Amino acid sequence: MKRSHWSIPYAVFLAIFVVLPLLLVLVYAVQDGQGHFTLANITRFFSDSDALGTFAVSLEIAIENTLICILLGYPAAWILANKELNRSAVTIVLFILPMWINALMRTLATAELFNMLGFQLGKGTLLFGMVYDYLPFMIYPIYNVLAKMDKSYAEAAQDLGATPWKVFWKVTVPLSMPGVSSGILMVFMPTVSTFAISEFLTNNKIKLFGTIIQENINSSMWNYGAALALIMLVIIGISTMITGDGKEAEEALI
Amino acid sequence: MKKFLAQTYIWILMVLLYAPLAFIAVFSFTESKVLGNWTGFSTKLYENLFTGRMQGSASLISAVENTLLIALVSAFVSMVLGTVAAIGIHNLSGRKKRALTFVNNIPMINPDVITGVSLFLLFIFLHFSQGYLSVILSHISFGTPYVVLSVLPKLRQMNPNIYEAALDLGATPGQALRKVLVPQLRPGMVSGFILAFTMSLDDFAVTFFTRGTIGLETLSTYIYADARKGGLTPELRPLMTLIFLIILVLLLVINIRQARMQKEKENL
Repeated sequence: MKRSHWSIPYAVFLAIFVVLPLLLVLVYAVQDGQGHFTLANITRFFSDSDALGTFAVSLEIAIENTLICILLGYPAAWILANKELNRSAVTIVLFILPMWINALMRTLATAELFNMLGFQLGKGTLLFGMVYDYLPFMIYPIYNVLAKMDKSYAEAAQDLGATPWKVFWKVTVPLSMPGVSSGILMVFMPTVSTFAISEFLTNNKIKLFGTIIQENINSSMWNYGAALALIMLVIIGISTMITGDGKEAEEALI
Repeated sequence: MKKFLAQTYIWILMVLLYAPLAFIAVFSFTESKVLGNWTGFSTKLYENLFTGRMQGSASLISAVENTLLIALVSAFVSMVLGTVAAIGIHNLSGRKKRALTFVNNIPMINPDVITGVSLFLLFIFLHFSQGYLSVILSHISFGTPYVVLSVLPKLRQMNPNIYEAALDLGATPGQALRKVLVPQLRPGMVSGFILAFTMSLDDFAVTFFTRGTIGLETLSTYIYADARKGGLTPELRPLMTLIFLIILVLLLVINIRQARMQKEKENL
């Protein structure tokens, strides 16, 4: 038996548990309750002001969250990967450690902390909580790429007379882009589609797109829920194409 | 000056990141039902947690057991399936290899809600009754890609002739696998297992959609239901504090050991 055949069990598994489910999302999205073909579910979304509003809010929050995570996370990753500024490998462990604590529990604690400090739960607390939840997912891939980066490029630029500022913008930043796109993938999509977290952080005032999908599926509106999931999938496809095919980005993670 | 600024920045972020966790830990030492209400120092919540003397303790304990069971089983199957798959993918070439790696990436990019909904539709479509098995299968589906991605680099680093040499020297393919291939791949398998395990532990959305209506609760779904009812079970505070401490110690031990091993390597 050829060793390439060892991939067959997993290929079959992927076909059943990854490809088929996604096809089913498409199939359910274009069917009515009786199983007849229809585009009504899709058109319903575009005339459903509630869903459209949620969709817009979700995109806005996700973009803001991703930008804040890059702005806060990039310098942190850079400092952590810089041997002169950070000698201890333990610091990076401390940064990714919160990822291991149950996200719902962390979120609830954040919400309670805001309550105790007297902040009104709303968009501000939602953004803060999201940044808090997803910042480690931005820092870690960028750190990984920066730590593995060949230092000789930066040294060469320096030897050729570039200022430190120029070295940073023209060499370090471009070379670290795989880490940044990996971070964007890890932060942007989960934020758009998150459910539960947004309700906890805003006391049910702001719903995100994931919640709308969940509500429809849970109230047995499978077809409309599938249509919303399909719209989500299209957005994922577009954003993955923008950030590259995700392959090198995922590799930056491990 | 630069160093001082950098360190201050790191410390500010660290304080922000840990504030909610510290909040839970501090309030695990008071009896009050509501998080954030200090009613004096007490270790009663810890006692309740260990003696099981609390409201709804059975369901919290079974939620913890379910979480661990599901994570262990699914991570183990992921490790085996993913390692075999990685060996296969490594020996594939061209379109087949690209197609398989592409599909392998999908579960990692897909948001949890989409994975959950799509698997929910699958189990409905196949008339597969939802419960432990459907949740475990679902967790295998999002855990295995991490194993594949952890094992593939080890295969690339490996000398392909070692396996052939073992066969030439009279080892059966099974022996060659156990004695030659697996030891070389073990670091990748272990980190893949850990990734799959932690993904499973932390999962909420996929479990939520695929657990069916038999009343299966994991820690995540328990916390969700608890919060919706209004008010968390106070004993969750000591539980989370303990989980946090265990993970902190584990990660520190692993890291210090790794750093030491690296230093030894450099000294050689």
